[in-house]
Amino acid sequence: MTTRDIVYVALFAALTAALGLFPPLTLPVIGVPITAQSLGVMLAGALAGSKRGGLAMVLFLALVAAGLPLLAGGRGGFGIFLGPSGGFLLSWPFAAFVIGWLFERHGGSPPFGLSLAYLALAGIGLVYAIGIPWVAFAAAIPFSKAFMGSMAFVPGDAVKVVLAAVITRAVRKAYPDWSSGK
Amino acid sequence: MFELYHPGTSVLHRLPAGFKILTLVIAGTLIFLASDLPIVAAFFAATAGLYYVAGLTLASAWAQIRPVVWILAVLFVAQGLITGWTMAVFIVLRFASLLMLAGLIALTTRTSDMIDAMERGLWYLRYIGVNPAKVSLALSLALRFIPVLATITRDVREAQKVRGLERSIVAVAIPVIVRTLRMSDDISDAIEARSYDPKI
Repeated sequence: MTTRDIVYVALFAALTAALGLFPPLTLPVIGVPITAQSLGVMLAGALAGSKRGGLAMVLFLALVAAGLPLLAGGRGGFGIFLGPSGGFLLSWPFAAFVIGWLFERHGGSPPFGLSLAYLALAGIGLVYAIGIPWVAFAAAIPFSKAFMGSMAFVPGDAVKVVLAAVITRAVRKAYPDWSSGK
Repeated sequence: MFELYHPGTSVLHRLPAGFKILTLVIAGTLIFLASDLPIVAAFFAATAGLYYVAGLTLASAWAQIRPVVWILAVLFVAQGLITGWTMAVFIVLRFASLLMLAGLIALTTRTSDMIDAMERGLWYLRYIGVNPAKVSLALSLALRFIPVLATITRDVREAQKVRGLERSIVAVAIPVIVRTLRMSDDISDAIEARSYDPKI
């Protein structure tokens, strides 16, 4: 880890926190809020790379666990990990790492269609694969019900996948010389 | 953000930084487990009382909340309409109390003491091959970056307003990210120029 890596880790953790300032929409039935923060997860992976993106998410979650109200809606504290949305949060470091790893296979900028597929695969697929069983467990509801309930968030997440892909491509064009190291 | 320190000799000033951070972590966790409005209201009152103990005015308590007062207002209305007004008071009061408590610690603790305490608390990471100095640098940078990002976002939105683009997420996000990446590169150069060596 060079100094530059550490600074990027801190930056993407802060970016994810800043995205939480947008007020979330909470669906009353299952209590998982729709937030702009998962966009931060996708950008951390796609722009900072696997190792730095994953660590940025670990750092972000550490700040949340330390009691800073950084999650959308001003939530924070260790208790949040035990709630219904805990699994989604814990999936973020893995999702950012996998997105970064997939992007790095193409030197950081895969073709647009492929980057959409990568972001959807890890940013939605992996997040839900970890998050949904947790919802079922924490809210004590059947898996099928948790699955159906979570599907309500797919349209919002699909929009974020497109945004993340567009932003990543534009940032790489606008600032090509910044190091997209591994 | 890190030069909030307000010199003083109160009990709160003299408590060790590590103890204060630990108290914030524990209080922050406990308050999220509480589900009754009276508990949160008592917590809010107790936090305000601590400002008095530290010899600070209520104006400095208000200063901790002022930067986010609009977010709190939006949160209040949104929560009120979706889940009811009692819940809205509960959530806003909880958020305000935590901000005030975190602010109180910043006001009564020197930044250098705070970072030293964090580093000491992270010593056990050495056993899994992680350098605590690097972790503590990342922690303090992240805390510093959050208000900086808010400022940059405001600047970019103002600039895009001239072009009628302040509502476009893409038109705001791209300049914000490019600017922050460039700033990060400058910061890493500055840190290295001061011979920061995280290998120790």
